[in-house]
Amino acid sequence: MTAPSSDLDSHLGVPAETGEPSEAPGAVVSRSPLQLAARRFLKDKLSMASLIVVLLFFIAAVVAPFAVKFGWIDPLSSNQDLLDEFGLPIGDWGGISGDHWLGIEPGIGRDALARLWYGTTFSLAIAISATIVAMVIGVVAGIVSGAAGGWVDVIIGRIIDLTLAFPQTLMLLALSSVGLAFIHQTLGVPNGNPTAAVYVIVVLGLFGWTGIARIVRGQVLSLREREFVQAAQMIGASRRRIYFKEILPNLWAPILVTFTLMMPAFVSAEAALSFLGVGISAPTPTLGNVLTDALRYADSAFLYFFIPAFMIATLVVCFNLLGDGLRDALDPKADR
Amino acid sequence: MSDDIDQADHTENTSHADHAGHADHADPVVAADAPVDLDDVTGHAASELDPEAPPVLTVENLRMYFPVHATGLIRRKVGDVQAVDGVSFVVPEGGSLGLVGESGCGKSTTGRAITRLYKPTSGSIKFGGKDLATISSRELKGMRSEIQMIFQDPYSSLNPRHTVGSIIGAPLRIHNMVPKDQTLKRVQELLEVVGLNPEHYNRYPNEFSGGQRQRIGIARALALRPKVIVADEPVSALDVSIQAQVINLLQDLQREFNIAFLFIAHDLAVVRHFCPEVAVMYLGKIVEIGDRDSIYGNAHHPYTQALLSAVPDVRQASVGGRRERIRLQGDVPSPIDPPSGCRFRTRCPIAQEICAKHEPPLMQIGRRHKVACHFPGRLGEAPREPLTTGLLGVDGEGRPDPGASPSNDLVDQPGYADTWFDLDAKRIGRA
Repeated sequence: MTAPSSDLDSHLGVPAETGEPSEAPGAVVSRSPLQLAARRFLKDKLSMASLIVVLLFFIAAVVAPFAVKFGWIDPLSSNQDLLDEFGLPIGDWGGISGDHWLGIEPGIGRDALARLWYGTTFSLAIAISATIVAMVIGVVAGIVSGAAGGWVDVIIGRIIDLTLAFPQTLMLLALSSVGLAFIHQTLGVPNGNPTAAVYVIVVLGLFGWTGIARIVRGQVLSLREREFVQAAQMIGASRRRIYFKEILPNLWAPILVTFTLMMPAFVSAEAALSFLGVGISAPTPTLGNVLTDALRYADSAFLYFFIPAFMIATLVVCFNLLGDGLRDALDPKADR
Repeated sequence: MSDDIDQADHTENTSHADHAGHADHADPVVAADAPVDLDDVTGHAASELDPEAPPVLTVENLRMYFPVHATGLIRRKVGDVQAVDGVSFVVPEGGSLGLVGESGCGKSTTGRAITRLYKPTSGSIKFGGKDLATISSRELKGMRSEIQMIFQDPYSSLNPRHTVGSIIGAPLRIHNMVPKDQTLKRVQELLEVVGLNPEHYNRYPNEFSGGQRQRIGIARALALRPKVIVADEPVSALDVSIQAQVINLLQDLQREFNIAFLFIAHDLAVVRHFCPEVAVMYLGKIVEIGDRDSIYGNAHHPYTQALLSAVPDVRQASVGGRRERIRLQGDVPSPIDPPSGCRFRTRCPIAQEICAKHEPPLMQIGRRHKVACHFPGRLGEAPREPLTTGLLGVDGEGRPDPGASPSNDLVDQPGYADTWFDLDAKRIGRA
């Protein structure tokens, strides 16, 4: 790795050449497994590109409410003057102009960019919340199932089977009125879109935890046979310490990867639910309900339909690539 | 900057053969695996037995069975894996007992039952006036500091997500061994004791070699200042050149801190060096136990003889002759359904009818030598008639002998009695 440098050089303090030009000469820098993974990830161009796109989406989502507040974008007021007598935008390409970069919405005439931008915020917020709900349930269930074993494992395994076999979309629709009423009345969430958002988050979370639970359970089963767990028992560590200090840090890789793969699934799920009439409804925009609305104009105002569809696709693909890249970086030995 | 200099020197040493002898300017990475000083290169003398040392750990009739369940909806218990079946021995204070045997003979399980990673099925483990086999889990936590373990695989025994400092510091924190602000200082002391650079406490296990990792595991075991360390094949996973260094380290630590070792291994040469006393296990039972000379120079059990014949002998190789190797036929039988009588009889070259009918008791045949065989004798000198008939009260074919008065005390006792049956003189020997 290093060219043999003469004794004189090193005694004079001239830095010896090392394989890593980026670090202090000769000094051995300590790296944790996560740091090593980060270095591998940084070298992966495709993953980095998707990370940048995903970050742009997030920044946009965070900025949007402020943009609305300060009046930079206006997703709610209609511009009837820019529509013709059929309710379609006047002008080529769906009414794209200097004021309306992505054109305007047919029918009501709201700014398309503003609705998409602001909609991203709601979509991502719902998807992240649902992912966190699913992750917390799944990781806890997986650790308990794998570590406790015995009948606890059997019961959790059966619950997972049952959840997977459940006709969840049908249940979601059938229970929506009951669920919405429960969330509104018992939990005291304001009626309308907040209740709908909570309902979507809870339902997606409750049906989405099974995958991560199974992954975590499998990991725990293999980890608990490793000698470092027995070594922790040897030094008198409590069960809680063993689960959360010894085993959990070794689960970050699958958790992180599953997170990035679950997020885009929930973005699409939110869009699908909007189409089915459950979830946040207009005038509050989400990527889902903008797309649903655009379906009606798919032939007359193609661009208005194409752009949200394209955005959802981009987000999903980038998240998936990011997840793949993370998996490769965190576990270089795993086959693709 | 000193790291830098050392690294350059190391590069120098490895790239130029004529400089290879200059190991005194040790590279920090190599230093840990290299001998501490040059006097050490010759190695340590074999550990000596102290016959007066009081026992620190007394294991009596230890059994460890694992239930076997039928596959299917109803998990009915169908049997037991009799991993350890009635094992007794004594580990003297500051001494070391070797436990050898082939894979699957129950030696590791014995170690894990003693350290209470498993709850023994029956038997007793006496330590400091307490029986570890039945101790409550609360008391057990306190006892953890007395008995520690060194694990076999230095790669899986260290949590890859923890730094060395946190791995070695964990026992200190859990047992409040030192005030919180002193933990780091103590960790660095321990690193120094095991021959690692104390400045490396901030590193992760993946940055160390196998030998260095094993040293970290040793430092973790030492952190609680134990009286007994169960070393479960501590050098089996290491490179042969590193094995000697780790063994020397263990010997130094044993002398310095007066630690007793239960040394589990399958390498007879390593055990011979480290352990003045050796127990040979086969299928969950001790077949022969004794001091070094009794086992290595005077083995009376056919299994021990077979094991020893498999050890390469340098002297033999130098004169060019080939020693007769005893090849055992077949595989180790299943511990779920072990053979009747003597467990070794299915593979034993000298087995007879009685071996299938009666289990040979562990007879004392020397000052510090016990063997469990109906036909004990040196290689090629096994007696024609079973020597255990008197004890068991049976005739030569294993049928009950109405005229005999069988000994009703056949349960193996830990340690050695003052009287024994001398096979050569055919009379009772006395201490």
